[in-house]
Amino acid sequence: MGFDSAYEAISEDDPTADARWAFGTGFDDPLAGVDTSLPDGVDGADVAAYCVMLGDDALIASQRLQQWITRLPELEEETAIANIALDLLGQARLLLTRAGTADGTGRSEDDFAYRREPGEFRNVTLAETGVEDFGGLVLWLLAFSTWRLALTARLRTSRDPVVAAIAASAVKELTYHREYAAQWVVRLGDSTEYARARLVAALPLVEGGLPELFATTEVERRLADAGVAVDPSELHAEVDGVLGTVLGEIGMQRHDVAGGDEPLGRDGAHSAGFGALIAELQEVARQHPGATW
Amino acid sequence: MVTAVLDARSARAVAEDVRDPELPVLTLGDLGIVRDVRVDGGRVTVALTPTYSGCPAITAMRADVARALREAGADDVEVHAALEPAWSSDWITAAGRAKLAAAGIAPPLAAPARTSGPVPLTLARPLAVTCPRCGSADTEQTAAFGPTACTALLRCRDCGEPFEHVKAV
Repeated sequence: MGFDSAYEAISEDDPTADARWAFGTGFDDPLAGVDTSLPDGVDGADVAAYCVMLGDDALIASQRLQQWITRLPELEEETAIANIALDLLGQARLLLTRAGTADGTGRSEDDFAYRREPGEFRNVTLAETGVEDFGGLVLWLLAFSTWRLALTARLRTSRDPVVAAIAASAVKELTYHREYAAQWVVRLGDSTEYARARLVAALPLVEGGLPELFATTEVERRLADAGVAVDPSELHAEVDGVLGTVLGEIGMQRHDVAGGDEPLGRDGAHSAGFGALIAELQEVARQHPGATW
Repeated sequence: MVTAVLDARSARAVAEDVRDPELPVLTLGDLGIVRDVRVDGGRVTVALTPTYSGCPAITAMRADVARALREAGADDVEVHAALEPAWSSDWITAAGRAKLAAAGIAPPLAAPARTSGPVPLTLARPLAVTCPRCGSADTEQTAAFGPTACTALLRCRDCGEPFEHVKAV
């Protein structure tokens, strides 16, 4: 076969070339062939808004984790953090694709990830919280994965079969994420004074993001009544229990953190560094409009 | 050009014979991810279940299945995702487990049977995994996440060899 440029040989335009898929296989829909009709009596715009919330949580947490690649203390932790980021990115792709099918707009995962302004993202601010060091990272990951695991475990019985299926797979993944983070927190807390001090220093930052995780938005309330969503206030006891168990292993005390006027990120209000995070996430897509990968 | 007409059984055999690009000792049939194969004239529709949400191999698998079926005579191939039920490592066949072990990769233990309720925190170092090289049960985990989404890294304390282990999910 002949082609005029090297690019052509690895692009999806050549139907015989899909073994060389560096520039896309043409399979870009993670929900291809999945029945995306909505359960009776459920508002599609609400389901879309909810999937954007949960998809953004995963997308932004994944992006934060990716920023640590090449900066972690050991090769094993590079692999672990990259794997966890990849799992979360996969969850985000499915949820954002679900959002575009639920509201009938047909927006793609790329439309959501690359073509929204920072104020349009609906992730909880904990997902975007940047930490100083590896101790902070595993403590942050413990809080995030504990909450998300509690949430997705309940979503396995969602009346929306697509959300339920995405949650069932996510639970398996998040179980490993939480275990990884918990074991590192215990290991650092039980090791040197310095390592323990890094955890102690990071705790208030992570704790500051917790009240928002249990605040219920109107969309979540409506969908919880409809059996599609989980009311996040129901997660509080389980999350506190798990965090208490892990921190109890190393004799570390939680602080009482009073909530403010939650929700923040669910309303599109994000922290100071969020614009830069989104700029980095979208940089290549904005430089090459219409590119696929 | 191949002109033989594919029936559903031979189309399934072609799809199941495609190799996992990340664990090439296994076919998609060994992994247990080929969920449905339908043939309608020259048109073949295959449903695959992804292993992990973010596993990049699924994209290559979809492309490879489509190409293999076209080479086997299908005029048109569609590859769908079947998300429900979620993949479990328990679906890896006995033949697949034997191939993994022969390649020095410890096959998965039984997956935790949980479909409802909170997931318990274990905080324990896992796993009674047997060394695929010397058979010793005296092994330790060196990394909870390996080079692919589905594996962890372990080391045998007896023969000293490091090895991969397919995680139970």
